Amino acid sequence: MTVAATPAEVAAALARQPAARALMRRHRLRWWEALPWLAALLYYFAFPDYLGFGSELLITILFALSLDLALGYAGIITLGHAAFFGTGAYTVGMLAFYGVWSEPITSLLLAALAAGIVGLLSGLVLLRTRGLTLLMLTLCTMALLEEAANMGHAYTGGFDGLPSLDIAPVFGVFEFNPLYPNTQYLYTLGVLLVCFAFLRTLVSSPFGQSLTGIRENLLRMHAIGAPVRRRLVVCYTISAAIAGIAGGLWAQTNAYVNLSALGLDRAATVLIILILGGYGRLYGAFVGAVVYLALEHFLAQIYPTAWQLGLGLLLVAIALFARNGILGLGEVLWQRLRFGRAKP
Amino acid sequence: MDFAANFANILLGGLSAGTVLFIVSVGLSVTMGLMGFVNLAHGAFAMFGGYIIVLAMNDAGFGFAVSLALGFIGTAALSVVLEQFLYRRLYRGGELDQVLFTIGLIFIFMATITIVVGPGSQPLQLPPALNGQLNLGFTQYRTYSIFLIVVGFLIVAGIWLAFERTRIGAQIRATVDNRNMAESLGINVDRLFTITFAFGSGMAGLGGGLGAEFLGLDPQYALKYLVYFLIAVSVGGLGSVVGVYYASLLLGVLDFVLELYLPKGGTIFIYALTILLLLWRPQGLFGRKAT
Amino acid sequence: MATPSLWARQAVTATRLETRALTRHFGALMAVQQIDFKLDAGARHALIGPNGAGKTTFVNLLTGVLSPSGGRVLLKGRDITAMAQAERVKLGIARTFQINRLFRGLSVLENVCIPVAERVGAAGSMFYPTGRCTDIIAESMALLEALKLADAAHHRVSELPYGRQRLVELAITLGLKPAVLLLDEPAAGVPSAESHIILDAIEALPKDIAVLIIEHDMDLVFRFAERVTVMVGGAIFAEGTPHEIEANPQVRAVYLGQAGQRTSHG
Repeated sequence: MTVAATPAEVAAALARQPAARALMRRHRLRWWEALPWLAALLYYFAFPDYLGFGSELLITILFALSLDLALGYAGIITLGHAAFFGTGAYTVGMLAFYGVWSEPITSLLLAALAAGIVGLLSGLVLLRTRGLTLLMLTLCTMALLEEAANMGHAYTGGFDGLPSLDIAPVFGVFEFNPLYPNTQYLYTLGVLLVCFAFLRTLVSSPFGQSLTGIRENLLRMHAIGAPVRRRLVVCYTISAAIAGIAGGLWAQTNAYVNLSALGLDRAATVLIILILGGYGRLYGAFVGAVVYLALEHFLAQIYPTAWQLGLGLLLVAIALFARNGILGLGEVLWQRLRFGRAKP
Repeated sequence: MDFAANFANILLGGLSAGTVLFIVSVGLSVTMGLMGFVNLAHGAFAMFGGYIIVLAMNDAGFGFAVSLALGFIGTAALSVVLEQFLYRRLYRGGELDQVLFTIGLIFIFMATITIVVGPGSQPLQLPPALNGQLNLGFTQYRTYSIFLIVVGFLIVAGIWLAFERTRIGAQIRATVDNRNMAESLGINVDRLFTITFAFGSGMAGLGGGLGAEFLGLDPQYALKYLVYFLIAVSVGGLGSVVGVYYASLLLGVLDFVLELYLPKGGTIFIYALTILLLLWRPQGLFGRKAT
Repeated sequence: MATPSLWARQAVTATRLETRALTRHFGALMAVQQIDFKLDAGARHALIGPNGAGKTTFVNLLTGVLSPSGGRVLLKGRDITAMAQAERVKLGIARTFQINRLFRGLSVLENVCIPVAERVGAAGSMFYPTGRCTDIIAESMALLEALKLADAAHHRVSELPYGRQRLVELAITLGLKPAVLLLDEPAAGVPSAESHIILDAIEALPKDIAVLIIEHDMDLVFRFAERVTVMVGGAIFAEGTPHEIEANPQVRAVYLGQAGQRTSHG
């Protein structure tokens, strides 16, 4: 090659090859990606009496997205992600309760910082291990934080938590009203949008691709000289920070924080939600959260035991037949429709 | 004089609690060491067996020993059925699938028991021979607790002997050590696993019943103590019966001591110690170092 | 048959890889004993020996997967004995595995983009989409074309026949532009109908790379190697051209008498 091609010429030449073209266009926004956000806005106008549930849904989506980064993309299997949700929640909660700081957006940043630090420290230490040991350690870390919050009940309110948090208005104008959660909903939606945009950029980047590589074949990543542990720790820290934002939002929209932010219950539920929707796809968090919370809302109150039984059966079915969740099934169906019967 | 009695009380209390933990967890340790399968539903098997034992005694009027036998056999039988039809399909699956599957099983067990038996706690009525106190010379202690400690010791001794002296024990040890090698030597690993899984689950059921007296027995049991079983197994070392024995006793005594002197939040130390230990030795105290 | 006359030799052949008294034992088992080994730029060197001879252990020592009990490893004159695997890759040594280690759920193109991105240092960037890294994609496509994999570039690796998967394994390693390439039984498991694609690919490797290939298949050794080292029981048993080795009566005894001398090795 004697004359160096310009980047535009290179790109044009590549675009003629289908594989390269697909890769080059993968990060571009598709038209249907606007749908969830439109639906969320529509929800605001269509169901003004259910905005509390709506906020909870949006927060759950954000929490599930944070887990998707760690578990879906990097393959870090954790049952302790509520540790970061709780750290964020308590950061916001304690700052507001003790009158130290109640501006919502900066409080969220502080929540992200606190959760990120916990994520960084625990990641540096835990991500040296794998498999059952790692799972155990994530559980123990979360349980340890939960016990600490319980022990420090003088500060954290213990089991009863910190009620009636006073959150300052957003931008100084939009007030949080517990009876009319309009501000909460739109505020949460805004935060979710920003965080989602950030995550989407991250997973389309070479960094995101290397995380997928780590998940797909760890030994190969070592063998090509990738700084695996560093990548995992960075990923885990970011994931923790975003979980912390979700926790902070939870405290703000409910004006309340208690130990349930840190429990195994919460951690297991978000894992189930992500798997249900389909991990490693970002949008699985949306689908899983909507399906799970809708079912829970309608079934769990009326028939709690049947709900538990049904959930158990669903999980067993997913583990055996549909490991990639609803979106995974959707992809298989789409392939069948487009290309007919499965490949030889 | 008082100190000795106090110390003995704590020690005996801790050891009996640890023994129950061991009896439940030993199956989990061996099956995880053998197959590498993350069976979070192990506690649910313990719960199931516990319910069989308690109901057999309270409702059906069977004797203590008979009920224990029923609990062991019933749980073992159920585990074989589940293993053949469900667990088997996930051996090659990833860890995530196994975690999901076993969490699902936990929910199914919990809900089924709530529906069939009811949500309340089931008390275990001890046979009169085991009720009351035993005079040990320097102190008196609950007969049942002494009974548990002795039984636990007999079980670990029995299992250890079986591992060391019987052919099947040798096969199990070989497979835990190097599965591929064991298979190429002609050991039927699949059948071995079914047998071990059945035995381990039966043990869990037995432990669930034996421990019902102070651990309680309600539909939440499967989740409540899951972390403890996992800690006992990880700290002891997967596949090591002796390891899970020591780890369980240690955990039992530690928990007892903390319960007395740091009732609010002593468990923090247990979690912190587990984290530190697993960081220093990820394979546990007696486990094999991963190649 | 080796064809040395077709390969342009450099005026000075630089020693790319060297080991001095490299040793590794596992307890009482001496897996690798006092190996002195040299690999020059442009070399086409085969390492053969019976099962359990220590060949894979040797390669693991070279790449940093195992640390030696004694001796030194030098890459381009630099002592890398204490270096971790990832660092060594950065310095220019790469390997393929006997059993494929691929990103099975990803496309062939992505499989190659990942190591290329790693090499050029772009793999850590978080805010720039992969799709815009046209230089990486272009280089990856060129590499796939050279290996005749371009038509499969958009397929998932798991969809490819085994022979072509083996080729992807090679492509990943070449994406690292290594100075030293270690191929661990590259034709292993490939159906004989497909094995020619592997052989053609090896033959077409860039002339400058120092290549060490572990093999059992003597046809492949003859076709490709200029020099052969025979390893037995963890030590170098014989070294020479393929013809010399084939004619060596002691080597024949080792291979024919292999059934009685098999050492098992974990």
